[in-house]
Amino acid sequence: MSAASQQFKHDAERLTHDLRHRLLIQTALKKYEVARDSKKSRYQDWQSARQTAAEIKWDAVNHLDTYLEEFASKLEARGAHVHWASTSEQARQIILGIVREKNARSIIKSKVMTGEEIHLNEALEKAGLTVVESDFGEYIVQLRREAPYHFVFPAMHLVRGEISELFEEKLGSKPTNDPEELMMIARGILRNKYITADIGITGANFAIAETGMISITENEGNARLTCALPKVHIALMGIEKVLPKLEDLALFMPMLATAGAGQALTGYNSLYAGPRQPGEPDGPDEFHLVLLDNQRTHLLADAEQRDALHCIRCGACLNVCPIFKNIGGHAYGTTYQGPIGSVITPHFRGLQDWKHLSGASSLCGACTEACPVKIDLHHHLLQSRRNAMARYPVWWERLAFKGFAFLVNHPVLAGLAPPLARVAQRFHPLIKRTPLDPARPWTRSRELPQVAKQTFKEFWRSRKR
Amino acid sequence: MSERENIFGRIREALRVQAPIPGAHAASNGTPKAHTVSEAEAAKHIPEWLPPVGETFEQRVELFRANALDLKAEFHLLNGPSEMEDHLRGLAATEGWRKVATHSGELTDRACAALGLPLITTDANYDVRELESCDVGISQCEALIAQTGSVLVSSRSSGGRALSILPPHHLVLARRDQLVPDLPTAFALLKSKYQSDYPSLISFITGPSRTGDIERILVLGAHGPKKLTILSI
Repeated sequence: MSAASQQFKHDAERLTHDLRHRLLIQTALKKYEVARDSKKSRYQDWQSARQTAAEIKWDAVNHLDTYLEEFASKLEARGAHVHWASTSEQARQIILGIVREKNARSIIKSKVMTGEEIHLNEALEKAGLTVVESDFGEYIVQLRREAPYHFVFPAMHLVRGEISELFEEKLGSKPTNDPEELMMIARGILRNKYITADIGITGANFAIAETGMISITENEGNARLTCALPKVHIALMGIEKVLPKLEDLALFMPMLATAGAGQALTGYNSLYAGPRQPGEPDGPDEFHLVLLDNQRTHLLADAEQRDALHCIRCGACLNVCPIFKNIGGHAYGTTYQGPIGSVITPHFRGLQDWKHLSGASSLCGACTEACPVKIDLHHHLLQSRRNAMARYPVWWERLAFKGFAFLVNHPVLAGLAPPLARVAQRFHPLIKRTPLDPARPWTRSRELPQVAKQTFKEFWRSRKR
Repeated sequence: MSERENIFGRIREALRVQAPIPGAHAASNGTPKAHTVSEAEAAKHIPEWLPPVGETFEQRVELFRANALDLKAEFHLLNGPSEMEDHLRGLAATEGWRKVATHSGELTDRACAALGLPLITTDANYDVRELESCDVGISQCEALIAQTGSVLVSSRSSGGRALSILPPHHLVLARRDQLVPDLPTAFALLKSKYQSDYPSLISFITGPSRTGDIERILVLGAHGPKKLTILSI
């Protein structure tokens, strides 16, 4: 068992029994569900919108080379610098290179999940820079020095009291129970950071091939400020984010908002086409875009699961997942939590170490149904289980199945099993729930079903007579 | 070989195998068929799936008004520039504006002349700290979008990147004919207006700045404006 797998089992076990955590998450997600359903019902045809979104993404991902080339050359024509990174290390080095060249000291960041993926903050801090997250939820988890809990709602696992205590300890603010006051404390501190930062770092939700733009979706206005005030703007994004045409956003912007947060449209949907252009009064003098592969081409090469690259990171699959609702986001130990994370993490970080995540599913299909771009999530989890079995067979599982196959292929032997089981079950209470109990994982929290007094075969025979 | 070529090499290699039809789930379809799914075909239908917007100007104004209310933005349909001037003077008095930020434009010039308050313009280089100390940022826009209650701004039509996001109150002045029905129309408008020379920032502003990061409770005025007022003239 890999270290990641052991950690996952341990954390999942602990959090499943944490009723306070469960209540907190489920209350928050209930609010999301109500808002999402009310906004979804306004669409003339949500299902057709999903199909259209899936088709546009299919076209984009299956012609990725063409669109990516078009996107990069259009953006370069606007005076932007486009960088290419195959690995996390290369992406970090590119960004550190820009930072050193600019002699930068302080950096303001808006939410960027690819940054979490490549552990950018750690690298920048190690190089002696001050990095401040400006998204409110990200700011909170940064102060706590922990990973985001949910890739859309990073601080979903905290209540206001905990945030107030955190601010009291780290920022010296007065305790308060009012979410608005807490937000104002952060706002006050961050305002100055935008103005004094040398560099702003953002992610991107979409890239438009036709016009050479990146699109950033946010509610708080922190990305708008990050892209307006510092003199250098660096954007980091995965290569799969590209969309063919500008007007595709007319579908993807509202769908992302509705599926992701139950909104008709997110507060700010902003398109950035390079640095400040001639005749414009403000904006960065330099715009750098770092395009990150980091195993996305590995996922692209798996035609069966390629549609996982259609993901727009709305988080809808997490919000409906019965596993996520019970174990929460941190237990996954991944950048991307929930069903989509369980599908893509084995491609990004290795099947052997992360195959256990494909078991973290009830295969109910709620994720597949919630996905606005129709990624076949729960079938992909099944395929990952199959792939893991074929590539990394477990000897005792193989042996057990061989034994089982032998048994069911020999009717006389198989016929002996029920009477034996009946006898064994009589003695089971002697070892039940002890380490000797072979059914312990089950009997720890449940009862075994009673073996029937009569098998169906026996019943049928007795009836005929 | 450069990293760019390495990445393109891997992409082209990966794409040699065909992926299944979008939306066709693995259980129902084992072997991928040849197909002709294209962005151009799919995108034609976008307006048919999105929320309905009504047929007449009146219906669309009402839709915009309802959306603005839902978003906690102020919206007023005013009859002519003199009503706009009165409304602005009223706002300035109740909110106690001392300093105003704006950019030059037909509506903004008229509005600021009527206000007669100390002014900062973002038409050329300006001091960010000065802008930050203003009580309100007054800007024009590219369009208002009935479908979502959004204001479409750009760095060229709305005084650069910071004017609409830094001051605590963003006030938008729009002409009546700037109300467009839906998002596809807004993108078509941008395309026909700018063609290949786009402003470096285009932003759809939907309500005042907000966050739900604490217990999913809505808080207005996260990092951007706490208040958004839209006057259609």
